[in-house]
Order: sequence, then C-alpha cells, then structure tokens
Amino acid sequence: MRSVSVIGVGMSKFGERWDASFRQLVAEAGIMALKDSKIDGSAIQAVFGGCMASGRFLGQEHIGALIVDQLGLNPIASTRLEAACASGSVAFRSGIMAVASGMYDMVAVGGVEKMTEVSVEDAATALGGAGDQEWELFQGATFPALYALMARRHMKEYGTTEEQMALCAVKNHENGSKNPYAQYQNKITLETAMNSAVIASPLKLFDCSPISDGAAVAILCETSKAKKICEQPIEIIASAQASDTLALAQRKSLTELNATKVAAKQAFEQAKLKPKDIQTAEVHDCFTIAEIMAVEDLGFFEKGKAGKAIEAGETKLNSAISVNTSGGLKACGHPVGATGVKQIVEAVWQLRGQGGQRQANGVEHALTHNVGGSGATATVHIFKRA
Amino acid sequence: MRDALPLVWREIPERYNLIGSTCENCKQEFFPQRLICPNCRRKGNLVPKKMPDEGKIFSFTQVHSGAKGFENETPYTLAIVEMPNGVRVLGHIVDAQPEKIEIGTKVKAVFRRIFAEGEEGIIAYGFKFKVAD
Ligand SMILES: [Zn+2]
Repeated sequence: MRSVSVIGVGMSKFGERWDASFRQLVAEAGIMALKDSKIDGSAIQAVFGGCMASGRFLGQEHIGALIVDQLGLNPIASTRLEAACASGSVAFRSGIMAVASGMYDMVAVGGVEKMTEVSVEDAATALGGAGDQEWELFQGATFPALYALMARRHMKEYGTTEEQMALCAVKNHENGSKNPYAQYQNKITLETAMNSAVIASPLKLFDCSPISDGAAVAILCETSKAKKICEQPIEIIASAQASDTLALAQRKSLTELNATKVAAKQAFEQAKLKPKDIQTAEVHDCFTIAEIMAVEDLGFFEKGKAGKAIEAGETKLNSAISVNTSGGLKACGHPVGATGVKQIVEAVWQLRGQGGQRQANGVEHALTHNVGGSGATATVHIFKRA
Repeated sequence: MRDALPLVWREIPERYNLIGSTCENCKQEFFPQRLICPNCRRKGNLVPKKMPDEGKIFSFTQVHSGAKGFENETPYTLAIVEMPNGVRVLGHIVDAQPEKIEIGTKVKAVFRRIFAEGEEGIIAYGFKFKVAD
C-alpha cells in the first residue's frame, strides 16, 4: 500500500448558517481546501463525500453528485458514504484507500450536513436514525438518553461525577473561544453547565453537542508526489475503523465503546506509536461522557480515571494531552456528516502550526477519533508531518 | 409524525411476547431475535426463545426532552434491564416514583401502549417494565 498525505484542507464556519445553503457550505469548504493545496481542480481524480441524513434534513439525496457538481469537478467519479456521525471520517478512509491502492493519485474528501432547516424535534428524530430504529427509537430513546445510560453506568462503576462531565464542556468552550470557525466562541463556567436544563438525566443541556450546519474538505495525495507539490504535506500514518452492535443494550459494556478500542489498537499498531506519543487529539464528544470514555478507550487514561484527569486539567490546551483544541463537537459544532473531516482539518492545522491562539506546543503526532451513533462505528486516524 | 408504521405491524410477536432467540450451539440468548449467531455464525442454530419477564435495572435515565410521539408522557424513565439469562433490553419504566428507581431495582415486563401514531390514533403496543413488588 502507498503512503497517503493531506495536501490541503478547508472548512466552512460551523453554526446556524441561515445565510448559506447546503451547496454553498460545500463550495465554501471546497474552495478553501483547493486554495490551500495550491493545486488546480483538474488534478483531482475522484471525490468521496460523507453525509448522514440530507434526505431527512433537506429532502436532498445524491450528495456525491451534488458535491462534485458544486466543486466544478464534473465528470470525475463521486461517491457518498454514510455512517451516521462518522460519515465524514468513513469518507476520508475511502479516499485514503483509493489513493493507497494506486487507483488514484489525488482525491478530494468532503463532509457536510445542514441540520438547522428543520425543527429541533425533527432534527432529533433524524439523528435517531443513527441508533436502532426498531428497538431504540420505537421505545422513545433519544440520543441524549442513550449516552445518559452510559453516563449513569460510568458514574456507578468508576465514581465519575456530573461536575467532571461538565468540565469537559467548560474546557471545550474555552478552546472554541479561540477558534474563529467554531459555532460557539463563548466561554462558559462550571456553574452555567451544572445549572443548565436536564435533557436526559444525568445529562444536561451543556453536556450535549449542538445542532449545526457546516462542511469540511481535505485533499489527499500519494506522499512522494505530495512532497514535490506541497510545502508541508501531512502524512496519514494510521487509518482504522471498527464496528459494534447497532443497539446499545446489546453491548457487553456500557462504559466503553469497543469499536473505539479496536480501532485505536489497530491505529497505534499501524503508526508504531503509543498513546503517550500523541500531543493533540480531536475526539468525538457528542456528549461530555463520550469524551470521557473516548480518552479512556483511546488509551490516554486508564479506564475509569478520565473524570479525575479532566478535573485536574490534564486534557486542557498544552497539558498532558491537548484534547479537542477545535472546541470539539460541543463548542465547534456538530454538523454530523462534516465532523469527521473537520477533526482532520484541525489535526492538519495543529501539525502545521496554524492553530492560532489554540495552537498546542510541540505537536509531532495528532489523532482524530470519530464515532457513529452510540458507538456502532468508530474510526481512528493518526497524522504526522511527511 | 413518526415513520414507524411498518415496524408497528411487522414486529408484533417479538414486541408482544418478548420472544428472542437462543443458539443451540453456544447456548447464548439474544433479544431481539437474530438470524445469525454472532459467536458461531454458520455453526450456530438459532431458535425462538421466550425471554424471562423479570430483570434488574442495569442503567436508567429520566428523559426530560422526549422523543417525537412521546410528548404526552414526558418526562419518562428509560432503562436497560438485565434479565437472569444475561440478555439486556431497553424499555420504559412505568408507574414508579423516580426515587424508587436505581441500578439493581427489580422490574417485571408488562404489556403497554408505546405510542399513538398521529391523529387517527393508530396505537403501537409493546413491552414496558414495572417495578416488581
Ligand atoms: Zn452460537
């Protein structure tokens, strides 16, 4: 297999983008990524796009065709991939496989979602499709409810507290306040988070990522070619994906995501690295408890110890490991199909030293972790400067 | 309006009677029914099996921002219930004071209305759980 690098990235501003249509978001991110890569669009040979539920949110399907059309790249091949909230990173993996295999030398990968055109209730119903429609949604299980069931178990088994969960949100808003692309650029206090409305106990409003619009794009190129045409290519040194039962109740444990553990193990083996070698990680904090489980399942902290570590500030910018420098899903926003690619954009910026006020020091290796649904899909990618 | 209408009719036997599967090869039990045993795959042989109608709360949450179709009963309590055969099932806990519900509380499956579909009132039935005496 050939080595693959990222040679350009771009993202739209995330948020309630009433000013921009679905296709404008795609174009915004795509133009930025193409400019960043300094290549001509004609060099791109195929497109892979991640999108979860445009049919439910907008009545628009056939997103592969829409993306390639909006980027002005017809008639090259373009394919949509869907894995709920992991759609973006699954599309990214398809791009990697296409280049690593030798089928193409250069491809574009996009992720996009526009969620704010429908009511919050309809958005929640659409997102529910990431779980098990027949045995979870049918029973009235919302996504916050599924993660609340995990949180309750984590509290019981490891003594994790609601304050520790809230501190993830406080930290991610702190990082988001330094990210001009973030949906929320305001800091919050622990008190604000703790006093916010209960959504599904023990999770409160500030434990939940928002409903967002946004798009992100990355341009991939075979590494030896990338070194010739790009000043600072970012090499993908691991790409792993794993699966688990669609329904939460059928998992052996509610306090870990096995798909994350399996993907992480494979990724660290591919990269020949250990968790301590990672300086910055974008992890899937769709809920604060998800960030706690993620940093444990990825091996940054022992199982059950992440709550205390977060309380001690060990995941803040430039601490033991800088987690979610972008603001994470909580503050940067979570346009579900775009999130997986946005995490990669942030990893590339951190490795290039383009993180602005949220730049972590001495970044040699960056990791991204994207989850679909309540953990039925997980991906892990690791990056370094080529 | 929910989109679950076809599901309402197709899944009646499992939903009404808590019928799952057991693998004759590895003896593991499953709910809902599976056609392929994830442990044994081709060596496995799954046959229908009535699930126990009692269990203990493994985890729970009180949902204050309810799913569409559940507006009238919000807030409601959802739990993952662990049965004596190791199978875990997600469902509502009904007729209980929230303070009586904790991990380990014994519950019993009961047959209830799950939700009403639209103005016409097509009603979906299924199992819920009630705190055992
Ligand atoms: Zn078996």
